Amino acid sequence: MNYSIVLYIVGYVLKFEGIFLLLPTIVSIIYQEHNFYCYLIVAAISFCIGSLLCHFKKTKMQLFPRDGFASVALSWIVLSIFGAIPFVLTGDIPSYTDALFETISGFTTTGASIIPDVEALTHSGLFWRSFTHWVGGMGVLVFIMAILPLTGSSTMNLMKAESPGPSVDKLVPHVKDTAKILYGIYIGITAIELVLLILFKMPVFDAFTLTFGTVGTGGFGVLGDSIASYSPTLQIIITIFMILSGVNYTAYFLILTKRIKSAIKMEEVRWYFIIILTSVAVITLNTMHMFHSIGETLRHASFQVGSIITTTGYATYDFDTWPTLSKTILVMLMFVGACAGSTGGGMKVSRFVILFRTIKKELSLLIHPREVRKVRMDDHAVSHEVIRSTNVYVAVYLFVFFTSLLLISIDNFNFTTNFTAIAATLNNIGPGLDLVGPTQNFSIYSGFSKYVMMFDMLAGRLELFPMLILFHPSCWRRR
Amino acid sequence: MNIIVVGCGKVGFTLVEQLSMEGHDVTAIDERADRINKVKDEFDVMGIVGNGVSYQVQVDAGITDTDLLIAATNSDEQNLLCCLIAKKTGHCQTIARVRNPVYHKELEFFKNEFGLAMIINPEYATADEISRIFQFPSAIKIAPFANGNIEMLHFRITKDSPLNGEHITNIRTRFNKNILVAAVDRKGEMIIPNGDFSFEEDDTVSIIGKRQEAIDFFNKCGLITNRIHNAMIAGGGKISYYLAKNLLKAGISVTIIEMNRARCEQLTELLPKATIICGDATDETLLEQEGLNRTQGFAALTGVDEENILITLYARKNSNAKIITKINRINFSSVIDELHLDCVVNPRMIMADHIVRHARTFKKSLESDVENLYSLHGGKAEAIEFIIKEHSALTDILLKDLTMKNNILICSIYRNGQIIIPSGQDTIQIGDSVIVVVTGHRISDINEIIAK
Repeated sequence: MNYSIVLYIVGYVLKFEGIFLLLPTIVSIIYQEHNFYCYLIVAAISFCIGSLLCHFKKTKMQLFPRDGFASVALSWIVLSIFGAIPFVLTGDIPSYTDALFETISGFTTTGASIIPDVEALTHSGLFWRSFTHWVGGMGVLVFIMAILPLTGSSTMNLMKAESPGPSVDKLVPHVKDTAKILYGIYIGITAIELVLLILFKMPVFDAFTLTFGTVGTGGFGVLGDSIASYSPTLQIIITIFMILSGVNYTAYFLILTKRIKSAIKMEEVRWYFIIILTSVAVITLNTMHMFHSIGETLRHASFQVGSIITTTGYATYDFDTWPTLSKTILVMLMFVGACAGSTGGGMKVSRFVILFRTIKKELSLLIHPREVRKVRMDDHAVSHEVIRSTNVYVAVYLFVFFTSLLLISIDNFNFTTNFTAIAATLNNIGPGLDLVGPTQNFSIYSGFSKYVMMFDMLAGRLELFPMLILFHPSCWRRR
Repeated sequence: MNIIVVGCGKVGFTLVEQLSMEGHDVTAIDERADRINKVKDEFDVMGIVGNGVSYQVQVDAGITDTDLLIAATNSDEQNLLCCLIAKKTGHCQTIARVRNPVYHKELEFFKNEFGLAMIINPEYATADEISRIFQFPSAIKIAPFANGNIEMLHFRITKDSPLNGEHITNIRTRFNKNILVAAVDRKGEMIIPNGDFSFEEDDTVSIIGKRQEAIDFFNKCGLITNRIHNAMIAGGGKISYYLAKNLLKAGISVTIIEMNRARCEQLTELLPKATIICGDATDETLLEQEGLNRTQGFAALTGVDEENILITLYARKNSNAKIITKINRINFSSVIDELHLDCVVNPRMIMADHIVRHARTFKKSLESDVENLYSLHGGKAEAIEFIIKEHSALTDILLKDLTMKNNILICSIYRNGQIIIPSGQDTIQIGDSVIVVVTGHRISDINEIIAK
């Protein structure tokens, strides 16, 4: 590993965290909470350490793939370590482990909380926790890439490590411009939702925090019952924006550049909507007896489906009380996740499309053993590399999933709780079922289990490999 | 600027590298996915797998918004067709690589009829450069400026050269006053010399001046300057053909050693005045037999880099000839530098220079045009000639009053047939051609030399 460049990037990330932390400071001043200095101190410290790290002499400004993976993983860890400090200082979350859990849950856009009573938090704390969603949604490094003075393939190695999906592609020739376009779209969607929420009479503070949570597909709310007490119109707006945030951003780029036809043709986006529509339909039929009208059923069903498939994790209804069929569908959606190249987590729709087509191809090969056939997607043959990495991803995913399940079962909670807790953290959803259901929280678990789940959240957000590579001894070896 | 490069072979790869370093938005097209993947992995560019001649592929690559398309596939015909289609589809300029000697005489016709901005023949350009050096063997590289009126010459300082250990200020008094030392390459590091610079053994020095002054200078330095009268060429490829043709025209007798009998017969038909030997150029006895020790110029131009290097080393040991080595790949350049080969030509870099220059001039500014551009010492520095067309922030201002960026040297000003070695009292005027040497910057306009 090229330590100088990795430290340089981590330093850059810290500098930006210092800048980001100024926002909760401002919120704190607006609401006249006397804890603004907590944020200011941490902002100053991380900015100073960041500048110091950036100052190191860089022997070589060339970033190889392993440095890319390592610096992304380390950046996210360091980001969370520093981001957690203000919660402890302000007394919002007295235990540092809990604060770290909350922060990682924020940055990885999970939205799993250990706070029993959200409404007791300070405004600045609520704001910071939601803002971490927004930063983590599109990715810190993608943000920094637009500014980072690296050239050529180096930035691509960072982008590959941070962006979700089986194959990462640029929208325009330069990575920097791609990063700018992605953030442009991201900021655009954020702004539209914010304006709409405020127009439909949501309190301004709630509008900000919930927008960050929706667009980043995070899931931290400001009220104890998540979204349930907002008006139906607001719930519908949030549903729409959750689902929009789970769409591959390439589609938006195509629409913006007037290539609407190719945007509609994107198979991943089509399947994403097909899955949503089918799930909503089945759940609506299944839960109809619980509500007064079809409209209400539809609203709750689509909200929950949108929330789970995009891995946001908001709730308008305690779906833990729903029939088993509906609950099972929701758990399955947790694994499917959103589109590649979106802000959502999970295994990604495109991986499932590729997997199913690989299965189809294998079956066809059994019937015609000498057949030559390729897996296709979006009118192109999927390269062997992508198929291989998809298969390996699934294998590693299952391995991580079951190891984590085993580790947290020490706490002796029931299987549904443990299974959905891991599913909810590894897929960056937030709430699970039973004891970690939408009205519950993760504070029941022991410190050890919390660390396991913190790892899962980071691994899930960074698509496993960047986190796992840190365990490979030769990753730490100097070149 | 949006640029499409079709074909990512050796030349295409270098082009993509150079152009993306220049900061252009490059899209590469090649039929082979592995090549596209390699280009995409190494540089910040887009890649499309497909046939560049296809209309649909060009549209996918965004031909409608493209400013420049460069066709550098293996096939001349494909390149021309590609440019033709691009011209009809988009509104871009096109550059085609056309290498076949058969088409060489028709290049002007192609250019006009097909509306090409430029046709580039790397082999011809390389041969041109080699024959320039053969006609002035004291230098290891010659770059002409101001329509050939000024030249930038590179030479290496040997142990017993009178310049070895000499202080730079003595040059004008002791050797020649109309010569300017523009840049020095010392152990791979580019230096723009200032007042307290001294020359050392193995420095590669670049000087600027008129040909006659340069001859005078080399005479005083004790470097032979006579042009050669006979030359031996190892390998009978396209470069050899163009080179032999050039040399014969200048009255230099040529011997070509080529292995392939069919090619030898072709060559005798094309070059009746040359001596064509059918044999292996790595055969020592054959080289001796054909008079290696008497030859004054030797060019190693076979298709294999390693062979060229070995032949060069052998020829250096056994003759006093001016030796030129062609090296196609640029890998391991640091090792090749250590061999101290006298003079290395790289067709890829020559071609990339031409195209980068074209891309720079593309963004035509009002005040100045890039007329010539050479990358020096493997791209570590650039010598650029600007023609001043309009008034700007630096015209008619005493040079000593200009605050320039670091690592920039105004080498000479060419005005009305007179070459001016600039001092603080000189000014830049409209109509001048100004030669600037730059390290560490990429400039495309004369105004960019001023520090902001």
